Amino acid sequence: MDDITRDFLVESNENLSRLDQEFVQLEKDPENTGLLASIFRTIHTIKGTAGFLNFPKLVSISHFAEDILAKMCDGKMKATPATIDALLAGVDAVKDVLATIDATSAESDKDYTPIIQRLKAIAEGAPAEAGSSAAASPARRLSIKAAVPAATVAMEAPSIVTAPVTTPPIVTAPVVPAPAKPVTEVPHVEAPHPKDSGDVNVVAAEAVKSNTADSTIRVEVSLLDRLMNLVGELVLTRNQILQFAGTLENKAIVNSSQRLNLITTELQENVMKTRMQPIGGVWNKLPRLVRDVSNSMSKEVDLHVEGAETELDKTILEAVKDPFTHIVRNAIDHGVESPDERVRKGKSRRGTIRLRAFHEGGQVNIEVADDGGGIDIQRVKRKAIQQRLITEEQAERMSEREAVNLIFRPGFSTAEKITSISGRGVGMDVVKTNIERIGGAVDVINNFGHGTTLKIKIPLTLAIIPALIVSANGDRFAIPQINLRELVRLEGEAARKSIEWMQGIEVYRLRGNLLPLIRLRSVLKLEEDTRATSNAAGANLSNGAARDEIVNIVVLTADNQVFGLVVDSVNDTEEIVVKPLKSIHAFAGSTIMGDGQVALILDSAGLLESADAAEHKEEIKQAEVVAVEQADRSTLLVFTLDEQMRFAMPLSMVSRLEEFQISRVERTNDGEVVQYRGQVMPLLRMASHVGVTPPTDASTLPVIVFSDGERSIGMVVHKLLDIVDESARPQVENKRPGIIGTAIVQGKTTVFVDPYALIEAANPGFFRRSQSQPVFVQNSGRKGVRKILLVDDSPFFRNLTRSYLEFAGYTVDEASNGAEALKRLSVHPVDFIISDIDMPQVDGWKLAEAIRANPELKHLPLIALSGLESDDVRRHSTSSGFDRHLVKIDREELLKAVSQLATERDRVMELASV
Amino acid sequence: MVATMEKNSAADAPGKVGTRQFVTFYLSGHLFGVDVIHVQEVIRAQAMTRVPLATPVVSGLINLRGQIVLAIDLRLRLGLAARKSDAPVMNLVAQTSDGPVSLLVDEIGDVIEVGADVFEQSPDMLKGVQRELVEGVYKLKSTLLIALNVNRVIQVGGPSES
Repeated sequence: MDDITRDFLVESNENLSRLDQEFVQLEKDPENTGLLASIFRTIHTIKGTAGFLNFPKLVSISHFAEDILAKMCDGKMKATPATIDALLAGVDAVKDVLATIDATSAESDKDYTPIIQRLKAIAEGAPAEAGSSAAASPARRLSIKAAVPAATVAMEAPSIVTAPVTTPPIVTAPVVPAPAKPVTEVPHVEAPHPKDSGDVNVVAAEAVKSNTADSTIRVEVSLLDRLMNLVGELVLTRNQILQFAGTLENKAIVNSSQRLNLITTELQENVMKTRMQPIGGVWNKLPRLVRDVSNSMSKEVDLHVEGAETELDKTILEAVKDPFTHIVRNAIDHGVESPDERVRKGKSRRGTIRLRAFHEGGQVNIEVADDGGGIDIQRVKRKAIQQRLITEEQAERMSEREAVNLIFRPGFSTAEKITSISGRGVGMDVVKTNIERIGGAVDVINNFGHGTTLKIKIPLTLAIIPALIVSANGDRFAIPQINLRELVRLEGEAARKSIEWMQGIEVYRLRGNLLPLIRLRSVLKLEEDTRATSNAAGANLSNGAARDEIVNIVVLTADNQVFGLVVDSVNDTEEIVVKPLKSIHAFAGSTIMGDGQVALILDSAGLLESADAAEHKEEIKQAEVVAVEQADRSTLLVFTLDEQMRFAMPLSMVSRLEEFQISRVERTNDGEVVQYRGQVMPLLRMASHVGVTPPTDASTLPVIVFSDGERSIGMVVHKLLDIVDESARPQVENKRPGIIGTAIVQGKTTVFVDPYALIEAANPGFFRRSQSQPVFVQNSGRKGVRKILLVDDSPFFRNLTRSYLEFAGYTVDEASNGAEALKRLSVHPVDFIISDIDMPQVDGWKLAEAIRANPELKHLPLIALSGLESDDVRRHSTSSGFDRHLVKIDREELLKAVSQLATERDRVMELASV
Repeated sequence: MVATMEKNSAADAPGKVGTRQFVTFYLSGHLFGVDVIHVQEVIRAQAMTRVPLATPVVSGLINLRGQIVLAIDLRLRLGLAARKSDAPVMNLVAQTSDGPVSLLVDEIGDVIEVGADVFEQSPDMLKGVQRELVEGVYKLKSTLLIALNVNRVIQVGGPSES
């Protein structure tokens, strides 16, 4: 049943129940015109709405009733008991029809002709005849049938009875009278007697009544708000009592506080439900909107809706109403292409917009997806530059994600011309603000050429939210969970060392990403001695970090930015009731904690602003680039061969870490092997190759497995110690094959090994026999790439890359920066260049440009091998002349790229020489 | 504006025509008063949660039976010397158009009824006290009663103002 019909039923039933009373009064006071007018209005409204909703029977009944009432109002007819009786019969018939509509959403095929005829006759001036004696019977509820002449009843009865029997309410009907009436009543229905038929009808009517009319009640929203507030307080009081009861031994109090706990929770849930409404209510107007907007733009768009029954708090629904209109409009205007264009692109003529709502993780997720053209990042950037929202430099540096988010900037618009629908540069920013104001978040997933999906997350309700309680300088603060990403706790050495200063702000490396830090104490000015932090950055490097033994970082999101909030301690999570607070940026409101104390709720976006971190945004980004390029820092596998010396190798080189029972080791004439994944895997005792004495054998062997294509080789170590993220700049010493040099890792001297060199030394040709061997080495003819220039300022990476290349059969020349590379190239010609990007003096991009500009060198294949990884960086590499941009450092990928480019080049050379 | 307010409150106040009732209190030894119709209740010192970044005039927030109420340090608001940290303090909870606001005072006095005949508007001698916060002065027999304009007193503004 749709909402309009339901509203109509609720409203009509309310009015009709009043009508009964009014008729009774009218009988006593036939001249009361006010009463008559009221009755007339009610019937008139029902008639009007019934006509609109297309319920013809209802219209006919109410039409003649209205006629009679109109005449009474005009004084042309008197309200005789007989007339009133006929009218009441009419009202009953109306109720009957309404009950059927309530149950089945449609009028029954029951025949109301007798009552219609009777009303019509009276309206046309005939005296209210015949039925009057029957109508005088007090059983007015039965009067529909009772008032009908007996002869008719005999004929009509079966159809009257069977009609409701087939309708759903009858199924529930026996439930109502069950205690009072014997079950054997049911057969009576099948073999009806006129009198029984009346009874059954009453039963049905009563059962139906409790469906819509009696089961709903209109309540002021403000009353619900008040209830909500009170329940909020009750929840808090409950929390206090629970805390208190926890300290008591008294069993009775503990028991009743537990009951209180349960009841309060249930009460809270139910009161919350009173405010819930399906999101479909907001979506209802969208089909029309889609139709109008797409027509006016000559586009063809279908709207698909999924999850319209998903319920949301009324306040939140109100808040998302307008944003939806904007989003859907935008999707049609900017997203979906014109039918011709769609056909050209090989899509169906009609575009589709999909709305999907679902509950997930205590939030409501709403997705609006179109299958249009998606967002053209370059165009967005151009427009943003034109509209002076960003500078060209900023645009250059922007990641795709950031660029997409430009559409949420105030004043941004990509529409070429201003239409009535969009192009005014208002809309998406309003959408974002509205949704964020209610604690939600918007995300765009852009699939250029194939469509855009807007993902919206909003809380179920605003009144009570889960929050994390933290403290700083003795004060407690609540942080809404919705802003919370994760918690990081650093202790001891980690706390002292892992917080760094970069461009004047503190940062922490969280899984390779730089996390700008804000200290709650300083941003809220909770400390007296803020002198230290306000000093010039150089003087207080690591000042903050040095004094901390334990650092608690709360990782928060705000405006698509992630940052860490350093707090003194992280306490607990608590459900809190948000109470508004006069505007102070850093706070979203206040709340009362379980112990009755007031606590402030932190607003992460406001904190970021207060911390002026927004101003540092650019610096943070630059710092990030620097940091990634410092990415000698890599994940290292640390192990030992003899309990004393520590060894390390980049984890990226390792396929798997395994542990084998010593009993599984078998011997062949080539040495030790184990059966591993259906293959015979040779084992390499690393200790003997490095020249250390391993302790006496344990019962299990930790093995580092290296794979190359299908083949694997295992390297036996004594113990695997750790996997660490650390910057490793080993002092290079080429004393021994397979040993790169030493560096400090975790504060201890650690030997860096090159496993490939070790394997090559122990098992010559192992990798060369493998299937991923570069194709071109096999046909080592006159042509081909022999010599590669490797440009990298990090000796560690130079060494590593060199070893890969040499094993693959290439000769390698080295340079430590672009300038040196150019110098060497003029003296020692090479066939191929692999270069790092970020290097002192002349960087990789400049080097590539110089090479491409040099007629002698411009044909050389160029590979960029960098720690930098983003679309913009890749684009920059391509535009400055690199053939490929690879990320440090995947051996197989590198060799494959070299081999491919070499083959291409050979082909070109061949053609040129013909 | 002051005049209309006076008229209204005079009409509302019980007692003789032209008289008003004031809840009186002391700040730095001076006697102040707030019209009784603005006063919701007087309570002892409460646990206070301070509001960082707010103006110093905002002393903090208190929990008044489930309602969070802003507490204003009236001494600082009026430009008087700050209270010693261990000095006793009382909350005078005033009803305002923004809901209840607590005014922190040193000591609560009597509720007294004063006549319009002893009223004088903003005399010059009120140095130190911000004059726009004062409705006027009632010259009592032994002392002066400074009548405060509550609605102005609570306009403490955002964090930057001070």
